[in-house]
Amino acid sequence: MAVEKIDLTKVKPYGDTMNDGIVQLSFTLPVPPGAEAEEAARRLALKMGLEEPSVVHAEDLGVGYTMFIVYGKCLHTIDYTKIQVPKVDVDVMDKYEVENFIKENIGRDVVIVGACTGTDAHTVGIDAIMNMKGYNGHYGLERYKGIKAYNLGSQVPNEELVVKAIELEADAILVSQVVTQKDVHIPNLSQLVELIEAEGIRDKVLLVCGGPRISHELAKELGYDAGFGKETYAENVASFIVTELAHREAKHRK
Amino acid sequence: MESKLNLDRGLIEKARNSAKNIAEDVQKFIDKHTTVTVERTIARLLGIDGVDDIDKPLPNVVVDNIKEGGGLSRGAAYWIGNGVVNTGKTPQEIAEAVSTGEIDLTKLPATDEEKIKEEINKLALDMVNRIKKNREVREDFIKNVGEGKKPYLYVIVATGNIYEDVLQAEAAARQGADIIAVIRSTAQSLLDYVPYGPTTEGFGGTYATQENFRIMRKAMDKVGEEVGRYIRVCNYCSGLCMPEIAAMGAIERLDVMLNDALYGILFRDINMQRTFVDQYFSRVINGYAGIIINTGEDNYLTTADAVEEAHTVLASQFINEQFALKAGIPEEQMGLGHAFEMNPDIENGFLWELAQAQMAREIFPKAPLKYMPPTKFMTGNIFKGHIQDALFNAVSIMTGQGIQLLGMLTEAIHTPLLQDRALSIENAKYIFNNMRNLGDEIEFKEGGIIQQRAQEVLKKGADMLEEIEKEGLFNIIQEGKFAGVRRSFTGGKGLEGVTVKDEKYFNPFIDLMLGGER
Repeated sequence: MAVEKIDLTKVKPYGDTMNDGIVQLSFTLPVPPGAEAEEAARRLALKMGLEEPSVVHAEDLGVGYTMFIVYGKCLHTIDYTKIQVPKVDVDVMDKYEVENFIKENIGRDVVIVGACTGTDAHTVGIDAIMNMKGYNGHYGLERYKGIKAYNLGSQVPNEELVVKAIELEADAILVSQVVTQKDVHIPNLSQLVELIEAEGIRDKVLLVCGGPRISHELAKELGYDAGFGKETYAENVASFIVTELAHREAKHRK
Repeated sequence: MESKLNLDRGLIEKARNSAKNIAEDVQKFIDKHTTVTVERTIARLLGIDGVDDIDKPLPNVVVDNIKEGGGLSRGAAYWIGNGVVNTGKTPQEIAEAVSTGEIDLTKLPATDEEKIKEEINKLALDMVNRIKKNREVREDFIKNVGEGKKPYLYVIVATGNIYEDVLQAEAAARQGADIIAVIRSTAQSLLDYVPYGPTTEGFGGTYATQENFRIMRKAMDKVGEEVGRYIRVCNYCSGLCMPEIAAMGAIERLDVMLNDALYGILFRDINMQRTFVDQYFSRVINGYAGIIINTGEDNYLTTADAVEEAHTVLASQFINEQFALKAGIPEEQMGLGHAFEMNPDIENGFLWELAQAQMAREIFPKAPLKYMPPTKFMTGNIFKGHIQDALFNAVSIMTGQGIQLLGMLTEAIHTPLLQDRALSIENAKYIFNNMRNLGDEIEFKEGGIIQQRAQEVLKKGADMLEEIEKEGLFNIIQEGKFAGVRRSFTGGKGLEGVTVKDEKYFNPFIDLMLGGER
């Protein structure tokens, strides 16, 4: 038998055979372990749209709750051809390409101010993008020729960030938000936009946010120029900033 | 202990001696100063608790009253004692009277100093005895009911609601956890007061309050009886209220406290003068209360590189050790920190982690070393994450670590779900049991990768300490030699709360806790 052809208008999970729909999941139910618990987990999987659900493991968590590992065959399909996801639209350059780009298209130092704002004390993200060392072999912005990078650290109030950005005549502001429990980052990110607009510098500065739960779509909704999620390195952010900056300055000259 | 790493004893001695001189230099500064939180701690230990009608803690009300009256440099013990002698009221009654404006502490007539000291010492002795009793209750519980084997399994609860935290902690204890840490709300470290009462909100955790300590302690004693192990309770003795949190923990019988001499300066931008003075009194209390302190060296490696900066962790451990000794903390209560944070793509990275963990073990043989899990290189791939945590657990059991802060497979995603914690406890129990005595069975090849790595880190750590000894710790921090973070002597938060003691200053608890019979 030949391998079944992929129909991109009706995609479903692949286990070991095309369109078998196999999904693995784990979850906890607040009920004690036993035959009833497993049946509850099985029925829940059915409701999720999984055919032939199989509870392969159940574990007593010690407070009358049970964790399950379940396999099932997904009924649903997705039309892959109809999917559109907003993304930061830029060709990613490496460090040397960014440095050359600045020399050739901007011709001066690009000033970038970054901080982990509000109550967030987790600098791992902003450090990965900005600090000399960078992350996972990708150098940070501090090491780029032609970029002046200022990392203000953690728990920086939005007001302080704006003052610093004005003082340094920043071309771009980077905001990192790692703690996103209960959506604490949303009002904080919005307040920064309001402050910058109130200061009348919104059109003078590129506003970029990032963090493991940040998407470009969310960033645009909040009034940012770009948002970067996980697996972002300094060159992704730098490429966006220098490209957009050159584009804006060219438009300005016209 | 037989060295498996062939470490140079003379070099360890030299490094330790440098650290001793570094700490002595800073201790001279500490002994001349006090801070608002040190004085609020004295107020608390004299029995002042509660809040006024705008929810301001009474210890703050009292110390603010003293500060506004220009009396901070004489210390809260003097002014409260003078109030007691003048009015015959208890410190709590005095605090309430200050809050209603009935008493202005620095305006009361000065009474005889000997009389003041006598009154205060009586009250102080009561509190010190109460804390000593807590220590005995802990020791008895462990003797009669038992405790887990080392490495202790340490997990966090972080629901933001103390009652939900209790449920998660009970589950963790039944699953096998030995230490429960209640994560604090983001930014509590920057509050210059301690919130009051039970709390059911917070971001990424809930507040450290005395009532929350009490609630968790009670629940863990109960579940401890049930599972036949003493369950230790941990909180965070850091930020702008280090000694106050220590006092609350001592009163409510907490067992473990995060308590680092440098952490607040480097990672929370708290003024260095403030932190050095605060950490001293907090450690005197922790030491006396039998609380294991956990130092925060692991944090260096989340900002700096775990391979290149390993020696800064060692240097900081030596410094933390000396500060702890100054505050009367025995080695058995020093949970010096380090971490498994190398990039998992490094060839032979496991060998290097093993070398560093074994090195810490041999240099600090009696300390219940606190070993921190991978965080920086954890990703959304929870399957790989679970294996990273397994390697971390393997290093720990092979090198005899004391406290294992369990890694969570979902580290990079969210605060632990109930099931995440269960899986990580299962992971550690499996490896610790299955590999229990592996470490006793192996020796490392002479001159091999592991020995060379440990020797190199020791050499660099000793060199760094020599440099700090020459330049002074204050200067080194100003130059950004730790974790690549620069902090100025007069910068950061909380400096306005630091003052020089005057000649009549006294803190009765230092003598009672350091000098007294244990």
